[in-house]
Amino acid sequence: MIPALVAVAAQTARLSLRSGGVLVGLVFFLAVIVVVPFGIGPDLKLLGRIGPAVLWIAALLATLLGLDRLFRDDRDDGSLDLLMLSGVPLELTVLAKCAGAWLATGLPLVIATPVLGLLLGIDPVPLFATAATLLAGTPALILIGAIGAALIAALGRGGLIVAVLVLPFTIPVLIFGVSAASAPIVGPTPFLPPFLILVALTLVSAVVAPLAAAAALRTGE
Amino acid sequence: MRLTASDLTAVRGGRMVFAGVSFALGAGQALAVTGANGSGKSTLLRLVAGLLKPAAGNITIDPAREDSALHYLGHLDGLKTALTVRQNLQFWRTLWNGGAVETAFARFGLEALADLHVGALSAGQKRRVTLARLLIAPRPLWLLDEPATALDTAAEAMLGTVVAEHLASGGMAIVATHRPLPFPAAMLALGAA
Repeated sequence: MIPALVAVAAQTARLSLRSGGVLVGLVFFLAVIVVVPFGIGPDLKLLGRIGPAVLWIAALLATLLGLDRLFRDDRDDGSLDLLMLSGVPLELTVLAKCAGAWLATGLPLVIATPVLGLLLGIDPVPLFATAATLLAGTPALILIGAIGAALIAALGRGGLIVAVLVLPFTIPVLIFGVSAASAPIVGPTPFLPPFLILVALTLVSAVVAPLAAAAALRTGE
Repeated sequence: MRLTASDLTAVRGGRMVFAGVSFALGAGQALAVTGANGSGKSTLLRLVAGLLKPAAGNITIDPAREDSALHYLGHLDGLKTALTVRQNLQFWRTLWNGGAVETAFARFGLEALADLHVGALSAGQKRRVTLARLLIAPRPLWLLDEPATALDTAAEAMLGTVVAEHLASGGMAIVATHRPLPFPAAMLALGAA
């Protein structure tokens, strides 16, 4: 069972890298971050203060951008039927696909954050706090997004509707992610409580999302 | 091992596709499902696979198995065009805990194609890859939905041999087809009533 799940995760990550989706996500992340200073103006103090929020919103949008393909490609080429019949519980297959998707889309954003944060003039401590919150929070974004992706795949649709559908449900993740990331700047709120809630959100979605996404996929024809 | 289906009714998109279909299949037996386009051959196979739920009736496999008991070969090939033939089959081999992919390649003459990307293959070659996939893990029940589509005569003969061997070793097969099969099979005509 474990080798099978590793294979599903590796296949998902590999196909995502092959299709160029990773690069598009990263460039989109970069583009949002570069555009913000042009819109707000060269006020370094202001940029430094809102920087973690900008990074989080950019990461949220970049993550949701490519999620509609998580199950749609498998449905279109018939792999989804075979995955459902493989004997591996569909919930675990979904979890493995989410892990693969996170390796290919979430992790690169976390790694790019310390570099891109410099563009916003964020100080080192809040910058690493932001990277840490993204590391803890992007899995939750992918997992919640997977529910939307599964629903859309089951209905036979695709495209940005997944992002529209999922965005409202990611707001708690965004709130606790940003409040933990901004804690070192705005004070006096401490870093740890919102960060732990963020971790809890990720853990809860790791349990709930595979069940919900698998149920959605089973209703499809 | 025995597969029994009784009084199956299928409804798709609010339209009744077929009703009251019953059949039974024992070890070493094959069932050929025939019928006009839209008579429900593919639907029947998806019902047996468990990918669709019947509106009425039930399907039992006796004895029940914990792991998956079947191979399903539908109209879609389930192959990733960005990966090579070998990578595609090795993925399913890992997932199914199957045997070596090389012997499966050899049966369908795929050795020369093994390191090509699936996107570069013709329709018939892709179909041969999906047939080779049946051989990488043993499963007692094969559900084949028009397996000979796009195959040349040599590959079609090979398909007949492979299914006959599967039946001889105690397997079962349900084949939706328009053509006569090269092995003995019970007939089930849909849409005849």
